[in-house]
Order: sequence, then structure tokens, then C-alpha cells
Amino acid sequence: MKRFLLFLPLILFMVLGFFLYKGLYLNPQAMPSALEGQPVPEFKLITVSDTQRVVTKADLKGEVYLLNVWGTWCGGCRVEHPYLLDLAKSGLPIYGINFKDELPAAQQWLKDLKDPYQFTVFDVNGRLALDLGVYGAPETFVVDHKGIIRLRYAGILDSIAWKTTIEPLVLSIKEEARIGSLQ
Amino acid sequence: MKTLITMVACIAVLLLSTMTQASSVETYTFTKPEYEVRFHMLNTILRCPKCQNQNIADSNSLISQDLRREVKRLIEEGRNDEQIMEYMVMRYGSFVLYKPKVERITYLLWYGPIGFALFGLLMLAFVVVRQKRKRQEHTNITSSTDSALLNENEQADIEKLLNK
Repeated sequence: MKRFLLFLPLILFMVLGFFLYKGLYLNPQAMPSALEGQPVPEFKLITVSDTQRVVTKADLKGEVYLLNVWGTWCGGCRVEHPYLLDLAKSGLPIYGINFKDELPAAQQWLKDLKDPYQFTVFDVNGRLALDLGVYGAPETFVVDHKGIIRLRYAGILDSIAWKTTIEPLVLSIKEEARIGSLQ
Repeated sequence: MKTLITMVACIAVLLLSTMTQASSVETYTFTKPEYEVRFHMLNTILRCPKCQNQNIADSNSLISQDLRREVKRLIEEGRNDEQIMEYMVMRYGSFVLYKPKVERITYLLWYGPIGFALFGLLMLAFVVVRQKRKRQEHTNITSSTDSALLNENEQADIEKLLNK
């Protein structure tokens, strides 16, 4: 017992050291989203490509879909764009949220780089983005068949992020939806 | 002398530059003066989600501008401080609060230091009591051996020596 007490400080130091060491490799930008498990917030906004068209939450449809926050001022969005085009081609619905942008610039972007989105809402003052807890772009949300946000992914969506985090979730949601429709 | 003046000037410039650093760009007008006080108070306790070590009053990132505008709007709508903080937590998580709420997951954070202090005091008390007991035992032993030594043959020897 006395022997053990002698080693107690060393053991405590090693435990502390382990946690501090692990802390060195954590990503400080990775934060849990408060919106995961919550429904998509209500909104009523015009779309970028057709400014006469007003869309609401009810227009977001799909077994599972992505909500992608972008802006023409955002360099990462340009990097991400080709990959979104590929994903859209594979049949996954993607809805865009144009975040704090200028309408002509956004329209030109979709014309030049092609449009992977079902539609893009024009969120000029960032109210919808604020309700979604967005603090930068690009950000992507995975929403399930019941309209519940399942994942918030902050950063550029590339093949690695897709393979490791998003695709497994999308597949499991599809499975859930299939089981739900059978019952 | 000349170097002294330049040094003083340099220090003055440095001091002044830090004074102007922390002020946000936009100016808002409030319907009531106390709203403005609350606006500034809330801005200092809400944390910018993007630039993680600044509050939204210090930061001038897009998101901080938005959050300041939102705080202003909510204050003007007549919501109280708790409601505004709740509004931010609903969207950005408890991360936005510089002072975390007391919840199950923050118990260790809030009460951990008290626990450590108690543990330390306990250890201190333990060590002190043990030392005291040891010293007492030690004096007991020495005093008993002292008297034992003086009471027997040695006593006679000493007397003999002294009397010689």
C-alpha cells in the first residue's frame, strides 16, 4: 500500500500527460452541432436562378438530401463544386443555400460552373444560415426522410469526407426509410 | 536625452494603439439607453464560433457581425438576456457561451476544482497529523530512555566522578 502511494503522483502525471497529448491532435474547429437531431428550420426565401420563385421548407424533398451552404466569396466552395456535381449525377438531391452573396454573382457562378442543386435559396442576410448554426462556408448538412438534420459537416466535401463520414450515413438513412415505408 | 524622448513616444504609440483595438465597426441606435448597455454586455460574453478565442464584440468576422445584429434585434424585440443566450445556444451549441452552464456534463468543470482543493486539504491534514504523532512518539521514547539511563548504575558512576 505504501509502495503504491509512492507511485501515485507518477500515475496521475501519466494520466494527465496522456490526455494533454491526445489534446494536441484534436481539431479545435470541430464542434458538435446543436442542430443535429433537430428539424430543418422554417424559411421562406427566393431562389437564385428564378427570383420569382419563393420556396419554403416544404419544397425540400427527398429520401435523404444534402443542404449545402455556399457563396461566391468562398474559395473552398469552388474547390468543392465539381464534387457536388458528381454527387448530383449519382442521384442524390442537393439543395443549395447561397449565403451572404450578391445575386448576379451567384447566378453567374451557377452558369459558369454548372448547377448541381435542385434549387438554391438566396439567403442574402444569412438568416436561414444563422438558424442552421452556420458560421462559415462551405458547410453541408445531411437531412433524412423526416426532415431531421443528421449531420453537419463543416469544410470542403471531398471524396475522403464522402467515403468516411457521409456515405455510410446516407446509406443507413436510406435503409431506415425503406424499413419505415414497409411498416 | 533624444533617445529618452523617442522611447517615451514609442511607448505612448503602443499604449494608444491597444486602446483603439477592441471596437466593432457598425454603430447601432437603440430605443432605450439600457438596451445599449445590455447589447455591449452580451457581446462580451458571447463567443465567436469562427474565431474561437474572441468574443463577438472583439471579432469582426462575418459571423460576428451577424450575431451582433441578431443580438440587437432580439434586444429590441424585448427578450431578456437568458432568452437571447438560449437562442444562441440553440443554434451554435453551448460553445458560444464563455461561461458554461451548470449541467451534467459540466459538473466536473465546475466542481472539479473544489474536489481537488478538498483532496489537497485532506492530504495536508493527514500528513500533519502523522508528523505530529511521529514526533510525539519520538519524544516519548527519548524521555523514557533518558530517565532510565540516569536512574541506574550510570547515576552512581556520575556521582562518583563528581565527588572525586
